[in-house]
Formats: sequence, C-alpha cells, structure tokens
Amino acid sequence: MFATGIIVFREVLEAALIIGILAAATRGIAGSRRWLLAGVMAGLLGSALLALSTDAIAGWADGMGQELFNALVLGVAVLMLAWHNIWMASHGVELAANAKSLGGAIRAGSTECSALLLIVGIAVLREGAETVLFLYGIATAEENSRSAMLLGGGLGVLGGVAVGYILYAGLLRLPLRWFFTATGVLVLLLAASMASQAARFLIQADLLPALGSPLWDSSQLISEQSVLGLLLHGLVGYDSHPAGMQLVFYVTALLVIGAGMRWVGRHHTPRKHAA
Amino acid sequence: MKRIATGMLCLLPLAAWAADGEVSLVISDHRFQPAEVVVPAHQKIRLMVENRDATPEEFESHELNREKVIAGHGRTVIYIGPLEPGRYPFYGEFHAETAQGVVVAK
Repeated sequence: MFATGIIVFREVLEAALIIGILAAATRGIAGSRRWLLAGVMAGLLGSALLALSTDAIAGWADGMGQELFNALVLGVAVLMLAWHNIWMASHGVELAANAKSLGGAIRAGSTECSALLLIVGIAVLREGAETVLFLYGIATAEENSRSAMLLGGGLGVLGGVAVGYILYAGLLRLPLRWFFTATGVLVLLLAASMASQAARFLIQADLLPALGSPLWDSSQLISEQSVLGLLLHGLVGYDSHPAGMQLVFYVTALLVIGAGMRWVGRHHTPRKHAA
Repeated sequence: MKRIATGMLCLLPLAAWAADGEVSLVISDHRFQPAEVVVPAHQKIRLMVENRDATPEEFESHELNREKVIAGHGRTVIYIGPLEPGRYPFYGEFHAETAQGVVVAK
C-alpha cells in the first residue's frame, strides 16, 4: 500500500504542480477555472485511452513511438506555455490593475483559453497514463491486496493534489507586485523543464546526440528520489544526470520565451494607454 | 590502413559480448533477467527488452537517464550509452521491490 501510494503521489505531484502554477497565474481571467477543469477532464480521458494504446504507440517509428509521442506532446506544451506567458506579459498592466480593484475578470481570447486547456490536458495525460498502467498491473496481479492498493493510490492522489493546492494558495498570498513576476518566472521554468524532457526523449530515441551524457552527476547532492529532488524536478526540471543537449534545450527555451515576454511587454504596454 | 586494422582488432572482443551493440533483457515474474547486463564502454547499445509478464512495466534509470514503459507481453528497444566504464543501476518502477538490475560498462 505504501509503495503504491508513493508511486501515485510522484505521478500526481508533477501534474498538480503545473496546474497549481497555472491556476494561480490565470486568476482574474474570465472562465479560466472552467478551462482548467476541462483540461483535467480531457487529460483523464486521454490517460485511459493512452494507457490502452501503449502497445500500439510503442510500435510506431521502429519501436520509438513512445519517445516520439512524448517529445511531441511536450513540444506542444512548451509552445502553449510560451504563448501563455507572452500573452500574460502583453496584458500585464491590465491584469495588475484588475487584480488590485478586485473587479470583474478580464476577458481572454479563445487562443489563450485553448492554450490553458492543452497545457493542463497534457500535464494530466502524461502522468495519468502511467498511473493507469501501474494501477492496472496491480489490479490484475494481486487480488488479495487490491483494497490496500486502492487505498494507497487514493492517498497518493490526495497527497499530490494537496501539494499542488498549497503551491496555488501560497502564490495567491504573494503581494501583487511580486505575484505576476513570480508566476511568470514559474511558468517560464516549467516551459524550459518540458523542453529539456522533450530533448531527453529524442536522445533516448537516438534522434538527437546527447552532447555529453551525463553532463554532471548531482545525485549525491540532491537525489531525484528525495522529496526535494521531486519538487525541484516538478518545478524547475531538475535532473541529476542531464545530457548536454537537455541543457541546450532548457537554456534556449528560457532565452527565447524570456525575450518574447520582454519584447511584448515593452511594445504592448505604452500602446495600451494610447488606445 | 593500419589504423583500420587496429580498430577492427579492438572491436573483436566486443563481438563476444554483443553483436552490433545489442543486448537482450527479459522481464519475467517482475524480475530482470539477467539482473546484471555487461556492455562495452564508449559505445551505443541497443537494449532489447522483452516483457514476458502480462502486466506493464516501466524501465527506469536515473543513472542512464532513461524511462520507457513496456506493455504486458510487449517488446521494445532502449538505446543507451555511449557509457563511461562503471555501474548503472536500473529498475522497474511498477514493481521496484523485485525488478532491480544494473548495466555494467567495461
């Protein structure tokens, strides 16, 4: 039961951290809660479908289907996170004014809403499919301990969701002048982390050179199995044995999205007042 | 020419380990067989994994930086390396209490 709980917790935690950050970042955007919820639902449905198609996907591209699928889905998530952050930067003044007045939420375009739906859907899909497969294995194999496993799984889900919620509630308590910077930086780091994971799958599929593997080994310092390692992995993409190519993807995502945010922030804000 | 010949001589002992850098690994009763996989260092290896169990398993290794789900009664290929000489533990995340193994690069 304990082992089950820990595995489920690990999977749920990653998705919960992403949802917690996005839920905080999009407060004050009309309908964002509905889109987040729709994303979770779509992700759960997708998890079951993905778990069922594990074998079929694995067979694509000479046995590299799983890697390609993961890299593709992560790539889409990176693009959507980039879109979201740049959109937020272009509406910074509006959002900040709105948050201060506690007035009605601002309206977001359909692209921003679809971006939210996709990011959350993908986060749930990736972790959910693994959880479904894991629990399916247990349910079929060990009949006598099924209820204990279910209890463990349930506790794992609750634990993961609780940490995501604490992050969300904590972010909402930040003073406003820090809030948009903090959520912006967190979303930026999420995007970089996912870009690095996409690179890892492309290296695993032998489609990209590793450029030094591993670049370093920091497992003695912070193990990825430890609570701190798990949190850092989920929040900033910590990897104890990264390949050089992962770092290239990570830094590139940081620089490109960061530059996009600055550019839009600088060009959009003054024009807003003029209009 | 001499360099090519020397290179080929160096490759000879590797053939005894694995043809074309291919190594087989079987999952059975939630255990890896063999539990210790010896591979040549400084070379890319195709790890051919066969899951004989009915339940899925996830091959995971932080040391090798690899993570791949293998369906029940499924087969897959995992590229690893080139590795520095050393020991690289891996495990089956879904049955970690029994599914433990190590890649030894020599």
